[in-house]
Amino acid sequence: MNLAVCLLCILLVPFATAGLALIHQGLGRSRSAAHAMLATLCAVAATAIVFVLIGSAWAGYTSGLAHTFQFVGKKWDWLGAEPFFAADLRPSLLRSPYPALVLALQMFAVGLASLIPISAGSDRWRLAAICASSALFAGLIFPLFAHWVWGSGWLARLSPLFGLPAFADTGGAAVLQVVGGLTALSIAWILGPRQGKYADDTAAAIPGHNIVLVLFGCLLALIGWIGLESAASMLFYGLNSVQIIVIAINAMLCASGGCLAAVLITQLRYRKPDASLSANGWIAGLVAGSAGCGLTSPLATLFIGIVAGALITILVETLELKLFIDDPGGAISVHLGAGLWGLIAFGLFGPTTGSRAALLLTQFVGISTLLGVIFPLVHLGNLLLNRLVPFRVDADGDWQGMDIRELGAGAYPEFVIHADEFVPR
Amino acid sequence: MRLTGYLLMVSGWLLAVAALLLLEGTRQRIAFVLAALLVQLLGLGLVAYRYRSLQRGPE
Repeated sequence: MNLAVCLLCILLVPFATAGLALIHQGLGRSRSAAHAMLATLCAVAATAIVFVLIGSAWAGYTSGLAHTFQFVGKKWDWLGAEPFFAADLRPSLLRSPYPALVLALQMFAVGLASLIPISAGSDRWRLAAICASSALFAGLIFPLFAHWVWGSGWLARLSPLFGLPAFADTGGAAVLQVVGGLTALSIAWILGPRQGKYADDTAAAIPGHNIVLVLFGCLLALIGWIGLESAASMLFYGLNSVQIIVIAINAMLCASGGCLAAVLITQLRYRKPDASLSANGWIAGLVAGSAGCGLTSPLATLFIGIVAGALITILVETLELKLFIDDPGGAISVHLGAGLWGLIAFGLFGPTTGSRAALLLTQFVGISTLLGVIFPLVHLGNLLLNRLVPFRVDADGDWQGMDIRELGAGAYPEFVIHADEFVPR
Repeated sequence: MRLTGYLLMVSGWLLAVAALLLLEGTRQRIAFVLAALLVQLLGLGLVAYRYRSLQRGPE
């Protein structure tokens, strides 16, 4: 592994964080714009601190220390057992830079994943609750699943356990996107819809306030995504630095396919392309492609991206109109929906030396674990947290906007767009 | 209904793991794991249905 290339890729990951932050902020209302960006910073900060001090010990790394147990004659590796507070970081650097690189990548990656629920809770999720939920995410949820997949946990060891290929997630489609998407679903359910979103079984359209920022965020996210996928592939799946070229090409193909599919579908359905759905198509393509980045062929990758882009246009509408889930940024559709599709698609199109059915089976087992273990854990954790730190802002704050309510000042004080924000009811 | 939904999701995962432990053939395992996923989707559907009725915000 080329240390300099890997480090450079890790340092690109914050671009994806910045990109997602801009997308989420732009898709929310102007009256909560500053709050959304501050929430992003706070979530990234909280996750970095909690992950380095606690989560990294449980996430562990390949060939690191782990908690195991015996069941039906098989050894199950279920949790990392590294020292807390990253106490072994400096001594381990003398032996190998690998643990430090894994820690650095996961520290940035968990921050990125923690932004996904912020989008779903936009305009009504309190700052303190965002920090608490992000800390739970970085301290328990993410490390648990990251260890199973990236830290030689039981999902990565399906071959010695059951004679199956290891669950593949080279770019974080499951570990970051689906886990983040499941958290977003949990948050959207707990918070409920924004005031005025649903009345008489019809959904009111609440458009995003700055589509230029959203589209710029998409371009920024691409850079970070390539860095994230490259670093994860090198650290956890042994890809060499030359294969980064394929990862970059595939990432671009996936995003392009997703975006153009969404443009075409919205053009056909609404007679004009929808910019916010097309931006979501771009990100959905990146998310779906990250399951097997660098390992799938360019043609298969393009197909995966196109399906992801088409899928989210349907999912966004279904969630909003049929299930009454108010997800202002479309995070659940993009990260959960496209992430699950990417995992299945890797089973269909990923390279395999054994049978295709075995690879598909492995991916299904991973998906089943996400739905059967991670989601109940996430939802239970957030329900308990909601009792301690109420998630939802009060009714006045809902009407006033999160900027005025929680920060005391709006993001755009010179532009009074919504007069009702400043007029007493 | 919500609790039943969560129990179904967890049960689905246990079914999937049991299929890996007890069965040998890939086809049998796939059939069981797909059935487990269906059970989980049913559970998720129940939870979604429950929340759907709660999702009416303040008017």
